[in-house]
Amino acid sequence: MTWLNDTLQGIFLGGAYALTAVGLSLMFGVMRLVNLAHGDLAVCGTYLVTTVMAALGAPLWVALLIMLPLAFLFGTLLQLALFDRALSTGPMAPLLVTFGLSVMIENLLLQTYSANVRGVPAGRFDVAAGHIGGLVLPWLSVLKLVLAVAVIGGLSAVLRLTAWGRRVRATSDDLAVARLQGVRVRPLFAAVTGIAIAAAALAGTLNAVTTGVDPTLGTLTLIFAFEAVVIGGLGSLWGTLAGGMMLGVTQVLVSQVSVPYATLASQLLFLVVLAARPQGLFGSALAVS
Amino acid sequence: MSAKHAGGPTAAAGSQVRPGVATAVSVSQWSRSATVTVAASGVGAAVLITLPYVVGTQVTQPLVTLFLLVAMAALWNLLAGYAGMISFGQQAYLGIGAYTIYLVGRAGVNPFAAIPLAAVASGLAAAGIFLLLRPLTGGYFAVASWVVAECLFLYVTTQGWLGGATGAGLQQLSAMAPLVRQADTYWVALAVMAVCVAGVYLLVRSRFGLDCRAVHDEPAAAAAMGVEVQRTRRMAYILAAAGAGLVGGVLIISSLYIDPGSVFSVNYSADMLFMVVIGGLGTMEGPIIGAVIFFAAQQVFAQYGAWYLLGIGALAIGVVLLAPAGLWGSLAGRRGWSLLPVGYRVRPAGQGAP
Repeated sequence: MTWLNDTLQGIFLGGAYALTAVGLSLMFGVMRLVNLAHGDLAVCGTYLVTTVMAALGAPLWVALLIMLPLAFLFGTLLQLALFDRALSTGPMAPLLVTFGLSVMIENLLLQTYSANVRGVPAGRFDVAAGHIGGLVLPWLSVLKLVLAVAVIGGLSAVLRLTAWGRRVRATSDDLAVARLQGVRVRPLFAAVTGIAIAAAALAGTLNAVTTGVDPTLGTLTLIFAFEAVVIGGLGSLWGTLAGGMMLGVTQVLVSQVSVPYATLASQLLFLVVLAARPQGLFGSALAVS
Repeated sequence: MSAKHAGGPTAAAGSQVRPGVATAVSVSQWSRSATVTVAASGVGAAVLITLPYVVGTQVTQPLVTLFLLVAMAALWNLLAGYAGMISFGQQAYLGIGAYTIYLVGRAGVNPFAAIPLAAVASGLAAAGIFLLLRPLTGGYFAVASWVVAECLFLYVTTQGWLGGATGAGLQQLSAMAPLVRQADTYWVALAVMAVCVAGVYLLVRSRFGLDCRAVHDEPAAAAAMGVEVQRTRRMAYILAAAGAGLVGGVLIISSLYIDPGSVFSVNYSADMLFMVVIGGLGTMEGPIIGAVIFFAAQQVFAQYGAWYLLGIGALAIGVVLLAPAGLWGSLAGRRGWSLLPVGYRVRPAGQGAP
């Protein structure tokens, strides 16, 4: 029964990873842009929430409702001001620009908020848990998993069923042809990045309720998100959910044997998948080349 | 790829018969400005070598940092600028080099003499790791190499014999007279910089350099022209790693201590990127200029905290988007300057090099 509960906790952790990674997956799928500042933008959102909570004395959910539109807006501006230009400059430019942005954000947070770990108070919600037999259901983790499934399901439905989603898929398939057919690519990309950054900021904030937040957290956040995207397969949102869960389950199961090796094990899982199946579990071989 | 026949400083004359056009041309890879640059570098090196006899450690210690920055920029440029592989994981080889020196030092070998071993260890590790990274390109390659470095970091923190997460001291050198040790460190750093810059320059001028640039510009076309794409990429990756091993070796010698959290930090890759991008990706002169700018910013503004990194980052992003050739590339490209030429120039025969 213990291992069953451990696996369950791994799945919950995987939900958190997937929620963090979904924006990265979306941006890669639509624009072929690996946003290396993804983790730092998530951390930015978290700091914004803590600032709003401290300034207004507001509870977490109110601060989240204030932060999410701002994160969306910031994402769209980032796309319009930087990423569009980087994408049209050449294949190396997006990597250089987003990595540079990541270093800038990290140092800005370091200068503004110091290197100390900040907590995100969530009342009693952060430790509350339900029990079914030997299974533990930490409500916060359940919420993250539910949100991950809801965001991925919602996005998939929008991409599949709406006119906007059809335009996004067309642009992802062939940018030039989509443009010829009258798709206005700039606002579309801006909206996609806005959604991606808002989802990342939401995930970052909920994760920080358990772990706290510090300015250097973005690096590891990005690495885990990237790993979830790659393991699941590029351009596949449900694949990202599966990739996140594989990472989470691996990490929790290994930590039962040896805590210091838990993170290393999930990194090695990523490298093994990369070596054996670079296109990921649910990706097509086309996506890599 | 017949260019390999025309290497070297002497002009090889080729003749192409086209009616009405000058029939003889001279092809040269050298220029008068290059002679001046190399001569000036020789004089500069001689001055730098004598420096520890003339000035105190308050001058030589910052210079050690500058030398290592220049070396790292030249190496990262070999990888990204010439071979087209952006890696955010070169800190892995800094770490391997540093830990190699730590281990051989503990075994009783003089760490200064063992510096070449750091290059060998990092080069060998890179040969193995490249097997994994081989099929990857672009962002995949960049982040996967970063994850490899993270794995090494996580592994080292669990290993007691390497000092674990707290790091390890190079006790052997603590017994040396500080002045002698600092002078030796300075000379080793200078030598490492000279080897890396000159090594990259000679490589880029060779057949290998041509292959690299062909792979960078258009891998499929390069392969079709008979360039062995993967062998070229592997070679560039191993050599850049070996150079990083040298730098890592000097890092532990100059600080007498190795802290896994700092030597395996991705910040090193960020510094490399900033220097190379600001100076000019894919030029010989650019990364050196970028390193000097980065070093100057660090020296002047570091007292105000990490703000200078924001400025440097903004400058790098601006350069990528507005002047992708970098500061040197934009300046020199417009005026036709080349202090360290790597390409071939064709001009009518009978005219000397400018």
